[in-house]
Amino acid sequence: MYSRTDSRKFKTISRRELLKLAPVVALGAFAIPQLQKPLLKGGLGFSDWASARLFRSGHLAPTFAESDLTPFDKFPINDYDVDDPEVDFDRWTLTVTGAVQKPGDYTLAQIKALPKFTQNTRHVCVEGWDVIGRFGGVRLSDFLKMIGADPTARFVTVECADDYYESLDMVTAVHPQSLLCYEMYGRPLTRKHGAPLRLSIPTKIGYKQAKYLTDLKVSHVLGKAGYWEDQGYSEFYGL
Amino acid sequence: MATRAIAIEDVKTGEVTAAVYEHPFVVRLCHWVNAVALFVMVGSGLQIFRAFPSFGAKIPQKDLLNWPRAFALGGWLGGALQWHLTFMWIYIATGLLYIGYQIFSGNYKQVLFVRRDLPGVWPMVRHYFLFGPKPPTREVYNPLQKHAYTSAIALGVLSVLTGFAVWKPVQFSWLAWMMGGFHWARLWHFLIMWAMLAFVFGHLVMVALHGWNKFVSMLTGWKKDPEYRSE
Repeated sequence: MYSRTDSRKFKTISRRELLKLAPVVALGAFAIPQLQKPLLKGGLGFSDWASARLFRSGHLAPTFAESDLTPFDKFPINDYDVDDPEVDFDRWTLTVTGAVQKPGDYTLAQIKALPKFTQNTRHVCVEGWDVIGRFGGVRLSDFLKMIGADPTARFVTVECADDYYESLDMVTAVHPQSLLCYEMYGRPLTRKHGAPLRLSIPTKIGYKQAKYLTDLKVSHVLGKAGYWEDQGYSEFYGL
Repeated sequence: MATRAIAIEDVKTGEVTAAVYEHPFVVRLCHWVNAVALFVMVGSGLQIFRAFPSFGAKIPQKDLLNWPRAFALGGWLGGALQWHLTFMWIYIATGLLYIGYQIFSGNYKQVLFVRRDLPGVWPMVRHYFLFGPKPPTREVYNPLQKHAYTSAIALGVLSVLTGFAVWKPVQFSWLAWMMGGFHWARLWHFLIMWAMLAFVFGHLVMVALHGWNKFVSMLTGWKKDPEYRSE
């Protein structure tokens, strides 16, 4: 395995080997301002696509014992605008629109009439912190059945009293742990935690679990994915 | 795998030097793409960390350190996540290609630290840090190098596994559970980054000390090596 060559030929061999690494230079595209945005959007989109494929509708998020709960006063209150949008509880309804058989305004009593579920689940914030809370409410899947949602629809979008808006893919929306939540820690939802109704979706990141819901829409195409998604966050962000 | 060696005769002086083909193309490609990906992953990871620079509770929040924005990538949390979630695929792809290639080509024997390398570690440490005599080398890499490279690859695998536990603590709940839960997975992910950076630091110091030939060999594959003796 010992061959001979001269220094000139060796230079040619070396140069040829070096040129083979040219594909590495392609990564420089990420440094070009005009290309950076679409490339990163593509990368995030690919991650969302992979996330949707990794999601298993039968797989439950871990649930926890009472002793694991984060104390209620240590459960962070996060919002993008105001802690309390001052919802008028007496006149509050959830306005349902879109691909449903029974659109209209639903009262809290109508929603509470559905079977109640309570679960101790982890709430993970995109910032990196996590807490374990106790959430009570009705299954979003039961509510979607009640309003006669088109089973072939692909998205559930919500709007909130503070003008926040969010969306869920239908597979996540009908997951058995996805709740329309009206209780935390066994007590009615407080104003700052999203009264009278919020989403509790233990298979999603925190910013997808909108508070102070006012409108719910079932649709085949996604209009706006969500407030933070419009700023550049992941659309799917399943845990 | 037999080492490919070549004798080079200088066209002017007639002097003969040896060169060894040290790094196959796939290894070189993976090395440089992965180096870029690692740089982006660390930079964006530190920006993500800035959003909650703690491993404790949210309330009350006790910050571990205030990492300067100038040494982070992405500008804000959302931007950093875009970089992180894009380059993680490049990082994983180069890792898989590298490991797959090493296994199927048999080239892994060059870098994989095995039990018989163990006795050679201490003499090499003595040589590097305490200026002891240089132990004779029979392979492309000495035992300490093999240890460092094998560790770096193990850290790479762990960085991906801990990353998946942080990104998907529900779908990979078993992975997060193995690491002590989501909380610990996030801490492991962070610590593994520092271990990786320690390797990179040592690696760069060695490259600087051991000179041009080794750096060139990661570019062209060939290392001019006057010490090489044909078997």
